[in-house]
Amino acid sequence: MSLAVSAIGQGLLWAVLGVGLFLTFRILDFADMTVEGTFPLGAATAVAAIANGMNPLLATLLAFVIGALAGLITGLLYTKGHIPILLAGILVMTACYSVNLRIMGRANVSLLGKSTLFKNHFLASLPQYFDSVVLGTLIMVIITTIVIYFLQTELGQGFIATGDNQTMARSLGINTDNMKIMGLMVSNGLIAFGGALVAQNNGYADVNMGIGIIVIALASIIIGEVAFGDLTLNQRLVAVTLGSILYRFVLLLVLKLGFSANDLNLISAIILALCMMLPVFKNVLNFKHLVKRGLDTND
Amino acid sequence: MTKPLLQLKDVVLKVNRNTPEEITILNKLNLTINAGDFITVLGSNGAGKSTLFNAIGGDLSIDSGQILLNGKDIAHESVEKRTRFLARVFQDPKLGTAPRMTVAENLLLAERRGQRRGLLPRGLNHHMAHYKELTATMHNGLDDRLTTATGNLSGGQRQALSFLMATLKRPEILLLDEHTAALDPRTGQDLMHLTNERVSQDKLTCLMITHHMEDALTYGNRLIVLHHGKVTYDVAGADKQALTSEKLYSFFAEIE
Repeated sequence: MSLAVSAIGQGLLWAVLGVGLFLTFRILDFADMTVEGTFPLGAATAVAAIANGMNPLLATLLAFVIGALAGLITGLLYTKGHIPILLAGILVMTACYSVNLRIMGRANVSLLGKSTLFKNHFLASLPQYFDSVVLGTLIMVIITTIVIYFLQTELGQGFIATGDNQTMARSLGINTDNMKIMGLMVSNGLIAFGGALVAQNNGYADVNMGIGIIVIALASIIIGEVAFGDLTLNQRLVAVTLGSILYRFVLLLVLKLGFSANDLNLISAIILALCMMLPVFKNVLNFKHLVKRGLDTND
Repeated sequence: MTKPLLQLKDVVLKVNRNTPEEITILNKLNLTINAGDFITVLGSNGAGKSTLFNAIGGDLSIDSGQILLNGKDIAHESVEKRTRFLARVFQDPKLGTAPRMTVAENLLLAERRGQRRGLLPRGLNHHMAHYKELTATMHNGLDDRLTTATGNLSGGQRQALSFLMATLKRPEILLLDEHTAALDPRTGQDLMHLTNERVSQDKLTCLMITHHMEDALTYGNRLIVLHHGKVTYDVAGADKQALTSEKLYSFFAEIE
């Protein structure tokens, strides 16, 4: 029981990453590697700020701002510097590693004895692991609502159009460069925000905690899509959170099967690869299609 | 009606600048477009027709010369800024619409062409009745598919939608770049009729590139021919009406 609660709690906290990545991966339609740097950047920022006496909520919001700045740099390299997005992301991700070490002063900083978002009277009074469920639900409701509202605004529609058809967007007067920069900023802001949450939940920030983040964030997007099928855009955003929770249950199952926590990156990659290849498998294994092909000699 | 709306003066546009492959596409091109003109643009491949549109639209920057809109030089304004007065329909139906957005959402995007987009709700529902009416004028079933993603429409429906989007918010200048060429002959002709209807009804100023000599003769009040980056032929009004395809063919034979 407590394991299930813990999985739900973790799924909710990590879902922030899925929603953040959704903005670039699904809407702008490119893979942004910056997130592997902005996740630990958010963690480092929040932990360093809290260690220096800042209020945990402010420190978490500060992480969002710093993450957005990293996204801004990727955006400028990509749109104004004409560096391919994949490489622009890798450059900023690599640079973030050094920045994170500078911010923290060493590779690992603990929050032992420090105040965090999870250490208040109400959350502390809850049974074990329910703190992350309650806080995670609250945060995901707020973030998902804001993103859904934004996408239905005039600006949000221009943002969607940019990812959908750049030529058209430009011909309607939408500044596509600005849209991409904005998307990268908000996306990386959210990822850093997620990093700040996870660090406070774990009680420490580690400079290597960004490895494989893009796979985890993608997993919540893809698992959500595979599990719930055809959805509207708004429903898909909610599905990301559910996908993130499902992913945690899959990991739980894998650990129960006897794999060690060290195998998780390998297993995550395999799960994601399988989910992404699902349409291919469906095509290959489409029985109706096979029968039709067998009967229709003209085809 | 004879007020010059857009003037191109000695416009030079080169590609592959400062390389051995440098080519001059527009070579001191001069063209004055009056308000209300419906100009059909003819010319062989490589004559500079699409480049002319890209120069007006701002996709390509010119090397020298002036582009004046109502007397004001706009040669250095960005593509986005020029969309305030300019709307375009491309040859490829895929270029004019956002495939994952619905027909109504696409129309709503076009409604704010060239305007600031803020954080106000888009208000799609207020527009649905209007869009239903508007798409019904296309007579191709578009009005029943307002909530369909445009990626699922036929090429003809998509191109009709692109045209509607370009004219939804009245543009000062409408550029049609062979907008019926990718469609089957029948659908192409239907869209051509609709185009003519809408342009004359709304008294739009319009440039239309076409490879159909018949269309170039039938539609519009003025016809120009581009050759080696210059306007080599320019007829309007009664002279254009008197023009026949034979005369045009012999003209083309002469310049080639």
